[in-house]
Amino acid sequence: MALLEVDQLSVQFIARHGRSRRILRAVEQVSLAVEAGESLGVVGESGSGKTTLGRAILGLWKPAAGSIRFRGQEVSGLRGSALADFRRHVQMVFQDPFDSLNPRMSIGTAIGEVLAIHGMKSRAARLARTAELLELVGLQAGYADRYPHEFSGGQRQRIGIARALATGPSLIVADEPVSALDVSVQVQIINLMRRLQAEMGLAYLFIAHDLAVVRTMCRRVAVMYLGRVVETGLSAELFDKPAHPYTEALLSAVPDVDADLDPTLAQKRRIVLKGDVPSATDVPPGCPFHPRCHRAQPVCAVQLPVLREVLPGRCSACHFAEELLK
Amino acid sequence: MSGEPSSDAPELLAVRDLKVYFRTADPLQPVKAVDGVTFSIREGETVAVVGESGSGKSMTALALARLLPGAGYVAGGSVTFEGEEVLTMDARRLRELRGGRIAYIFQEPATSLNPVFTVGWQIAEAVRVHRTAPDPEREAVRLMQLVGLPDPERRRKSYPHEMSGGMQQRVMIAMALACKPRLLVADEPTTALDVTIQAQILELLADLQRRFSMGILLITHNFGLVARMAKFIHVMNAGHVVESGPAREVLTNPRHAYTKALLRAVPRLRPPAGGAGGTPAIGAWTETAGSERTP
Repeated sequence: MALLEVDQLSVQFIARHGRSRRILRAVEQVSLAVEAGESLGVVGESGSGKTTLGRAILGLWKPAAGSIRFRGQEVSGLRGSALADFRRHVQMVFQDPFDSLNPRMSIGTAIGEVLAIHGMKSRAARLARTAELLELVGLQAGYADRYPHEFSGGQRQRIGIARALATGPSLIVADEPVSALDVSVQVQIINLMRRLQAEMGLAYLFIAHDLAVVRTMCRRVAVMYLGRVVETGLSAELFDKPAHPYTEALLSAVPDVDADLDPTLAQKRRIVLKGDVPSATDVPPGCPFHPRCHRAQPVCAVQLPVLREVLPGRCSACHFAEELLK
Repeated sequence: MSGEPSSDAPELLAVRDLKVYFRTADPLQPVKAVDGVTFSIREGETVAVVGESGSGKSMTALALARLLPGAGYVAGGSVTFEGEEVLTMDARRLRELRGGRIAYIFQEPATSLNPVFTVGWQIAEAVRVHRTAPDPEREAVRLMQLVGLPDPERRRKSYPHEMSGGMQQRVMIAMALACKPRLLVADEPTTALDVTIQAQILELLADLQRRFSMGILLITHNFGLVARMAKFIHVMNAGHVVESGPAREVLTNPRHAYTKALLRAVPRLRPPAGGAGGTPAIGAWTETAGSERTP
């Protein structure tokens, strides 16, 4: 049994434009699983539904359909102490650590608050645990009395991670945790998150738009487009040989030191998608990607491709996945 | 990209030993944002200045047309544009230079556009001010076509908020092109955009550069972008250029310790020799090294 199992999850919102109301399908029939101690990357562009997916897993959005099971238990059915227990085990780290810290609270208080809410009554115990957490993420225990503005972006992200670790979680949903950071700081946070994973057996759902970061951080990856998962697989294999044209185009679009300097790779890699991502209130019929797809065929405009296994451990939602893999 | 401009193309811009300081409470202790930077750009050539936050790359870009914010001032050096010294230019010449011969595009198109005017009006404004065409409105439509904005006749009546980020950046580029600038300064032009949209904008810039043999000064933190766009690269750290050279050479064979460390820190799509579980090891910085400046 996987730690987290998401099955046919859909999340919808009502979008109001004047008097008209339309359904915005942010997440559509997404299924994925995260094993204990594993990191699963979720990549996609703005509007792909990756953030909504993460928030729905945390119980912050109510699913329109489908199920989310944590350790085999349906999350939406949890109440009382079972719900508190779920929240202890699933924590989150956000993109902007400054926005997610109260500027008027010392970081010791901010971390202590989490401990208090989760039932650590003794003040002395909270202080000791806070000091321990700060050291765990590479900060000095003495920093507990300082305020968020006294820290750099990277240090703030460490504080965000320390706070997420306070409850001893087994799964952390990290939404773009390094995208606001400079490269040299980004690598420090990635290495910190990897060390914590190795030491504590943490599982990550790592949401990011940066493919190279996901490649570095995650063993497995799921690619999202317009609310749907279009491809999943081991990141090493998937990035090497994509089985969905959207993944292929994404990889081609990313400016990359190695590929852009290699003339043979650069030749092969020039796929420039046309237009913008359509609105999630107006998803194209058939395959949602077909209007921008460089490999689209007539069938794509009418028939929605289902996510299916095309290689062992690799799934693609493209009618022509086999041709891409040739 | 960036074609292969012959090295005898005329020089557009020459920056020599440029120093940009910021006044602080103590007049004897200014902050040295840019501390002796030298580089040049030829016609039709893309030159990149790469660095992390606070390296001085954006201040270098702004100083070229004397656009420094309040407390900033040029403390030394020279900037010559097509042979003419910019730092001592009078106000009238400077107005012609800004937007006329040097144009800028910035990271966040939404904050560079005026929300209460239509995009067509804003593009035409540049044409009106610099009197580059008899009919500014018609010229705006032509520019919108040039930058690949679909249906310009209708789109010119749109307001910025009605457009996607990629389209807004195309509007910015149309405005920048209104006066046929010789040099386009692009400060993180695609950082706020999704990768597939970024790829479109990069194609557009490359195409426009080929057609008008513009020089492009690319300011970025993204080495991948440099590899795709630039011919020459200058790596900045703490106000200094620490390494310069042809982009390919610097990226594949960096000499300076800072460039080496930075390049090792960049996550790669095709990492060398994978580590355990297929996730590659990266980084010369240990995870706790405090290389950041604390505010």
